[in-house]
Amino acid sequence: MRVLRALLLLVLFCASAMAVTPGEMLDDPELEARARAISENVRCLVCQNQSIDDSDAELAHDLRVIVRERLVAGDTDQEVLDYLVARYGEFVLLKPVIAPHTIVLWIAGPVLLIGGLVALLILARRQKTRTAEELSPEEEAALARLTLADGSTHNRPKS
Amino acid sequence: MTIELGHFALILAFALACVSAVAGYVFWRRGESIASFLQHGAILQFVMVAVAFATLIQAFVVSDFSLALAANNSHSLKPLIYKISGVWGNHEGSMVLWILILVTFGAMVAAFGRDLPKQLLALVLSTQSLLTAAFTGFTIFTSNPFTRLSPAPFEGAGLNPVLQDLGLAIHPPILYTGYVGFSICFSFAVAALISGRIDAAWARWVRPWTMLAWLFLTLGIAMGSYWAYYELGWGGWWFWDPVENSSFMPWLAGTALLHSAIVMEKRNALKIWTIFLAIITFSLSLLGTFMVRSGILTSVHTFASDPTRGLVILSILAVLIGGAFSLFALRASALRAGGLFAPISREGALILNNLFLATATGAVLVGTLYPLLLDALAGTTISVGGPFFNLTFSILMAPLLIVLPFGPLLAWKRADIVAAAQRLVGVGALAIFLAILLSALGGVSISLAPIGLLFGFWVAFGAFAELIERGKIGRIPARESLRRLVGLPRSTWSTALGHFGLGVTILGIVATTTWETELVTTMDPGESARLSGYTIAFESFDQVTGPNYTAEQGTFTITGDNGQTRTLTPQRRAYVGSGAPTTEAAIETYGFSQLYLQLGEPVDGTHVVRAWYKPYITLIWIGALLMAGAGVLSLSDRRLRVGAPSRARRRMPEAAQ
Repeated sequence: MRVLRALLLLVLFCASAMAVTPGEMLDDPELEARARAISENVRCLVCQNQSIDDSDAELAHDLRVIVRERLVAGDTDQEVLDYLVARYGEFVLLKPVIAPHTIVLWIAGPVLLIGGLVALLILARRQKTRTAEELSPEEEAALARLTLADGSTHNRPKS
Repeated sequence: MTIELGHFALILAFALACVSAVAGYVFWRRGESIASFLQHGAILQFVMVAVAFATLIQAFVVSDFSLALAANNSHSLKPLIYKISGVWGNHEGSMVLWILILVTFGAMVAAFGRDLPKQLLALVLSTQSLLTAAFTGFTIFTSNPFTRLSPAPFEGAGLNPVLQDLGLAIHPPILYTGYVGFSICFSFAVAALISGRIDAAWARWVRPWTMLAWLFLTLGIAMGSYWAYYELGWGGWWFWDPVENSSFMPWLAGTALLHSAIVMEKRNALKIWTIFLAIITFSLSLLGTFMVRSGILTSVHTFASDPTRGLVILSILAVLIGGAFSLFALRASALRAGGLFAPISREGALILNNLFLATATGAVLVGTLYPLLLDALAGTTISVGGPFFNLTFSILMAPLLIVLPFGPLLAWKRADIVAAAQRLVGVGALAIFLAILLSALGGVSISLAPIGLLFGFWVAFGAFAELIERGKIGRIPARESLRRLVGLPRSTWSTALGHFGLGVTILGIVATTTWETELVTTMDPGESARLSGYTIAFESFDQVTGPNYTAEQGTFTITGDNGQTRTLTPQRRAYVGSGAPTTEAAIETYGFSQLYLQLGEPVDGTHVVRAWYKPYITLIWIGALLMAGAGVLSLSDRRLRVGAPSRARRRMPEAAQ
């Protein structure tokens, strides 16, 4: 069971206890709130898919402290993230930047949606012409039956 | 001795499956005779794999550590239930469970499928046997669960504390039933492609199987989510982890399949698309089970640590999925398009549903695999995590949620959207009113929260619009309405319940994300703190001893605003023979909301305490349960009941009036 093992690893190495400790927190509630918001988008590099806000790993602690130091030093949120990327690489961002090498990732959803819509429109148009031009065999058969029935009930007395 | 019996039974099942698959594909045109052969073959495969599985369970129960699998994964001191669940708590054993479920589904088709056209039945069972052959072969040759140890160790090594959890014990069988159930849809799709024949009867057959698989997958995912919530100890319930995504993708595709099969059954349209979805859904299930297992998803390095296994798995997937899609490309054009319909119609709405669900599936797939591809091709490592998925997925889902309540109100073939909109005016007004009211009362920390609430209420209340309409509630005497409601087909109730469940889940997600409050502080016994109207008093701190662990336990008294008190005891456990301590969060449920309390590591002689108030969080899983319940309700509808086509036919004239 890979799933179990993966989760187990998570439990053993990353979540033995929890995230932000009171000692790390900043006194200024506004700065602290910003720090938390940034932390949610920063990956704990030694964990599986955990943000530094969720992880108790040593590295996550260091990163949380760095984030707060930069904020206290007056960095904007973006500058803090840039600083982390410069130090640890793009891997640290849980929400990847929009750049040439990630553009496929970002536009995949919209492209699929638009592609699907276009395909649907083309199919709908084709269906319209088909309705106008031809009947399916079943419909023709039904039509034949109806006309035959018509002929037998209404037309006969007249002729 | 029993171990060898099991080993032999599994080999027999493999041989039977090989023979069935080959014979079936060669002679399927003969119909009757070959179908009867394959039916017996399918039931025998089931018996053989069941014997193999039973011998494994027996070895675990009696702690026969001469079986390598038991020695590595069991322990004589484990409680009985965890000895049994230990059979599938590892790679080899879980493979046997996976195959057991596969052959169970095959045997069910063989047993209930007597009314199927014989050629179709033969092809379905051949395909099912092919799958069995592939995965029993993989198990026997690369991950044999029956390997013996000599000399046998005195005691087993597997007393893993984290895995000893009831949720985790029953989670894999339920999830696997969901994954593997879609194999039936896959086999039916392949059979339809080979024979070139597909009609409404095909859809009538496929839909209950899809429903069955879907409801188990729904339960499995919900359960996994709740397990992560209470066990991992930081109160998150969905992480967009590759492991989770790989179960979510077949769910999304399966949901689409469920809806497109309706169109096919009722209107004989969307045939090609339904076949495509059936193949895609099972392919994603295979990816879900095996990409994770091969290690390629979690880390490229684990994959390299067992290259044979991973390569064999990937080859099997490539052949099965590639083969099915080649067949699709070759034969799909032979299937005739069916009934016609205007864009604004029930069919049109279901196509929109499929468009959005398919897009969402694709987006999750790209998000899950893109970092791997980028790493392999360009050597750049990026992370695609929760924040990315939350953003993109909710944008893709929003239009689906807007149109959802319209769907059941539209007529087949050609519908009046204005009339449907008029019927939803009340629902819309109520949803807007409640969203504004709750946002005003609760305060809004996230700017999009009112919109989320609006979506939740819109979907949840909108689910009842069809019932109100068809029961003519308010327009005729209540007694008469009630009679009409009771007389509605169960599938109508199922639709309403399923959509309502989705709305409930959305409300739970939005409410808990918006109004969750958190407290992180240091406390000593005797101190207390407040969180969202609850007073959390730290009474005492003790060392306690469990059956196989020792723990530091905090005793807290929670006092609500109404003066009611409850006691919570979060722990930090150290299990015998396992170094790292684990946290056991304490969770107390208040109505639909929960208080989540966790004892952190001691800092400078004082205790770090974390508490969350999670309003309406249980709605997330209650909604999932409602959706699964809707599946059960739909399966109990006589029209859909497996093996009841004659009764269904008798009802047809009535429906035509």
